[in-house]
Amino acid sequence: MSGAEKIAVKVTDIVPLNELVTRFKFERVDGGLLPTFSGGAHTVVELRDGAITRLNPYSLMSDPMDQRAYTISVRRDDAGRGGSLFMHNNVRLGDELTISYPVNLFSLDLRAKKHLFIAGGIGITPFLAQIKQLELFNGNWELHYSCRSPDLGSYVDELTGRHPNEAHIYYDDQKQAIDLVRLLDGQPLGTHVYVCGPKGMIDWVRATAAAEGWPREAIHYEEFLAPKPGKPFEVKLAVSNKVIHVGEDESLLEAMEREGVDAPYLCRGGACGQCETDVIDYAGKFIHRDHWLDEAEHSSGKKIMPCVSRFEGKTLVLDR
Amino acid sequence: MTIQFNDETFRDDYSFRNSDRAIRRFPFPFHEDSYMYSVNMEQHRGGPKDSIYEKRFDVDEHYLSEMRDRAQVLADDPLRCQSLPHMTLAGWDLLELIMVSKSEDYPDLFELHRDGDTWRWINKPMGIDDTFTFLDEATLPYGPMEYITRQAQGDFAVLDQRDDNLWMDAGMITTQADWSLDFDIGMNFFEWHAPVPLAHEKGIFVRALKFLLNIQQGAPARRLNWTMTVNPLLDTSPENYHKWGIQKTTLTPENIGAKQHLRVELQTFFRLPRSNALVFPIRCYLCSFQDLMTAPKWGRRLHRVIRDLPDELATYKGFIDNKPLMLEYLSKFDDGLPTSPGIWPEFETEPPLAK
Repeated sequence: MSGAEKIAVKVTDIVPLNELVTRFKFERVDGGLLPTFSGGAHTVVELRDGAITRLNPYSLMSDPMDQRAYTISVRRDDAGRGGSLFMHNNVRLGDELTISYPVNLFSLDLRAKKHLFIAGGIGITPFLAQIKQLELFNGNWELHYSCRSPDLGSYVDELTGRHPNEAHIYYDDQKQAIDLVRLLDGQPLGTHVYVCGPKGMIDWVRATAAAEGWPREAIHYEEFLAPKPGKPFEVKLAVSNKVIHVGEDESLLEAMEREGVDAPYLCRGGACGQCETDVIDYAGKFIHRDHWLDEAEHSSGKKIMPCVSRFEGKTLVLDR
Repeated sequence: MTIQFNDETFRDDYSFRNSDRAIRRFPFPFHEDSYMYSVNMEQHRGGPKDSIYEKRFDVDEHYLSEMRDRAQVLADDPLRCQSLPHMTLAGWDLLELIMVSKSEDYPDLFELHRDGDTWRWINKPMGIDDTFTFLDEATLPYGPMEYITRQAQGDFAVLDQRDDNLWMDAGMITTQADWSLDFDIGMNFFEWHAPVPLAHEKGIFVRALKFLLNIQQGAPARRLNWTMTVNPLLDTSPENYHKWGIQKTTLTPENIGAKQHLRVELQTFFRLPRSNALVFPIRCYLCSFQDLMTAPKWGRRLHRVIRDLPDELATYKGFIDNKPLMLEYLSKFDDGLPTSPGIWPEFETEPPLAK
């Protein structure tokens, strides 16, 4: 079986926060307790959308010690493949869904003397759980949170109300920006930096920290990639002895699952490495989009991460 | 079932014994007539009834004596139990995992009563009845990891996960096959495995690490590992090598059946939820050659495995000098008949020794 263990849950609360973001609360169908988790963990939500099953990862934002319910916040992406739109438009109070056990690919480094969180937009969600975890142990943390506008500033009031000294908010529409070089320069030794937000923000924080001489191990980031649509292509699966068609709006991993091929996965966002697949033969070009393989592996033509990467060309044969 | 606990020693007079039941459920580690390293991991979700795979943490007849031996090792050398400061939360995770598992799996022996953060833990075999506040160290006589692993058989390595690696940042290690927590503390997965021969070249550790990093909450895994020990010693540590190493020279054709033990580790792996650390319980089972030979299948197979084992492995496992003596003894139990696949003894179906 692929993916993490599953839990049957019921939607017990739906709260629209603003024009783009809605919060969902899940409790176990059998009334029991949910597993505890560590701040930064996500769950994969399974959605039945007609004939297709959507599997979307969302960061858990509730208190990790609260086993009665999990909450997630979903930002509507009108240009995406429809996963977040489905959550917004089709999921109703009382619906029963399947979610995965928590999986953490964005864990706190508990050795840190201080945790410096940098969030962009919906990237705030894993930090909400991490802050609750740290507060329990009087952890030393600071948040710098950048939003488009006060209207779209999810959880800003809650954060600034409870943590007036730790939470710092920046609004794009008021031309406020994080002065990153200065922020990094003022940190005590032993500080770890965590960034979650759009790709541009992650790249900017990583590059700036590297240029300022920060050790690579002290910079943590999480970016879930949603699979991007692309040109359809055909793949031969050598082990299963099948030729399958990958449609414009589905990922290679989803196409394999549709055809009944048990392919391993965890994050479905190019980060965890679980779905790494060997390429046996190809003629064409890969469109690698994952964070897992390094540059040499990307150009080797020997590996592909089917959760987010695609292919354009004549022949592709995979060891699956 | 109610377990009859043995009163026995793993030192000095070595009164350790396996009952017939313990022999039948011994985790013989060879599923075929040869052995080489592999990433031989499987899900840890129960197993055949009364087997050592059935429960999350196996409790057997040696429980009380093993805990007594552990207390003695710790009294002599407190550095066998260490936890770096950032690992306390993982210690609470481990305490919770063991208390919940044991109270659910052995309700006649262990009870856990939780009222919010106030927990009451009853360990009937050890006569413990403690009430404490979860996540408050001041309410326990030891740190959470030490408290619970003084009440649980087997060693426990608690590994922090960061930078796509695992770090030996805490542990309770008193029944080890010649490795030292005090030496390995703070090392990463490749560093502490550096002394193992042949496996690096085969890429075993790169693949094993990838597997372990992806172990998820609710989906523990397990494997068996093995070595050889002369006399039923739990504490074969480098710190005490001067005491036990010399005992390897005491084997004779007359005493090898009783003195030479196959030492098997049931290694399990659990993701710890609150800390995202990984706990690696290493449970040691000992069985003398003469007890193993009561299963004709094990007799045949053990001879073939030891005969064909590469010398590097026999050297690493510390029995190269005694290998000729072992083969002389074991060959008497190998009649050349085929063996059935799998590790179980198959007492009912395997043909008796035809020699």
